[in-house]
Amino acid sequence: MNVPPVMDSSLPPAGAELERVRRMVQACMQCGTCSGSCPNAAAMDLTPRRLWRLVLLDRGEEIFRSRTFTLCSACYRCTLRCPRGLPLTEAMHALQRAAHRGRMRRYRAVTAFHHQFLESVRRNGRVNEMAFMMHYIAAVKNPLLLLRHAALGLQLAARGSLPLGRRPSRSLEALFRRAAEVENAP
Amino acid sequence: MRYHYYPGCSLEGTARDYDRSTRAVLAALGVELLEIPDWTCCGASAAGAAGALLARVLPARNLALAERREAKRDVLAPCSACYLNLRHAAQAMRANPREAAAIREVLSVEELRPEGRTRVRHLLDVLACDVGADRVAARVIRPLRGIRIAPYYGCQCLRPYADFDDPERPTSMEPLIRALGAEVFRWRSGGACCGASLASTQREAGLSRIAAILDDARGADAVATVCPMCQMNLVAFQGPASRRLRRDLARTVLYLPQLIGLALGLPQEALGCRGEGGLPLPTPPGRAAVRGRSPDGAADRRDGEEVRR
Repeated sequence: MNVPPVMDSSLPPAGAELERVRRMVQACMQCGTCSGSCPNAAAMDLTPRRLWRLVLLDRGEEIFRSRTFTLCSACYRCTLRCPRGLPLTEAMHALQRAAHRGRMRRYRAVTAFHHQFLESVRRNGRVNEMAFMMHYIAAVKNPLLLLRHAALGLQLAARGSLPLGRRPSRSLEALFRRAAEVENAP
Repeated sequence: MRYHYYPGCSLEGTARDYDRSTRAVLAALGVELLEIPDWTCCGASAAGAAGALLARVLPARNLALAERREAKRDVLAPCSACYLNLRHAAQAMRANPREAAAIREVLSVEELRPEGRTRVRHLLDVLACDVGADRVAARVIRPLRGIRIAPYYGCQCLRPYADFDDPERPTSMEPLIRALGAEVFRWRSGGACCGASLASTQREAGLSRIAAILDDARGADAVATVCPMCQMNLVAFQGPASRRLRRDLARTVLYLPQLIGLALGLPQEALGCRGEGGLPLPTPPGRAAVRGRSPDGAADRRDGEEVRR
């Protein structure tokens, strides 16, 4: 994969992001309400409760061997129910960010998905779903994915649900650049 | 009633029918929409992966544009993901001075100086609370009698903000469904998660979410959705979901405003519906066929429905 310009512009390293997550979950009392509420917990190699424990123990290597935070579908059940009121969905997003910034190989596909989406926003202001999915599939080079989405594309086209023609386009380059500068200012 | 309107990218693409039916139904109910000029993407779930500030700035830009035109008017978003991102940004502008200052600093490159006074509203909130079931019922000319509709809320219009409904046991769609003359289908999955983009990035986990919801909807004539992502997942993966559970999970899934529009007697093409939206609707008295469809086509589709069930 090429170096992703959106993700790499002198961003802080994964460690700094991990420290932010540690502050977010500092008051975790290991009750497990998050794990019990998560619709995707069964597919995770570590339950959310165990993940937060590892964050507090600063065991980065184990955290980033896990796929748990890539399985968060942002349903906000854990955030809603956490008796400590911790921003757990935001913490999952922050771990995704850390993985992107570390350009960790095992998260390549998820990173590519977000990266291609944002590239489309940066260049055009709005996302063209078709073009975005094609770039994503090209980036991860997975023929099975191509096959499945070709079928989905045909199905959508048959239903008349695919956009045709050009739509208004507006670059957000300056906004993206300024956001990175302000965020990374000391 | 007037609102700033933020359609969002999906409503220009795969969810065009949601945009069409939202505009048609709100117009019929006397609600005026002012589309935010030059709106851009809210960042979806991707912006947060690149930067926490970018994830706030992208939606805040749209709120600032709305505020510049008219500050004391709510922003209406039909897409739950857009709604949540806009809502997060509004919250940051109002309640987090440090974050608000950073957002303003970035937006100054576009010469926007928002104060953060605009409120963000989901389409369902506006339909349930501002328009109300009574107003809808008064305009129904073609009741959806005998149709059982499963209200599907999904996640992000309910959580974490709980602006207009109970996030654990949502009910806001029920009075609207009854106003259409239809029955509310009782099920457990109303507030369940469809898996969002997991269907594309982690197929197994995504499919199991989708299959469980479709399976729970067995016995309903239609599922009503209020989010493009939910709609896409529940419609596009019915085949793989059926194979997964070895059971026919084919189901009619429509956007809530499409169902309302059918009951208001709006023409199908204005709602992005094909063949009665797949519903076995009774033919209205004094009308042989619904406008915009050949009688044959509509009949075929209805037969197909019955065979499938």
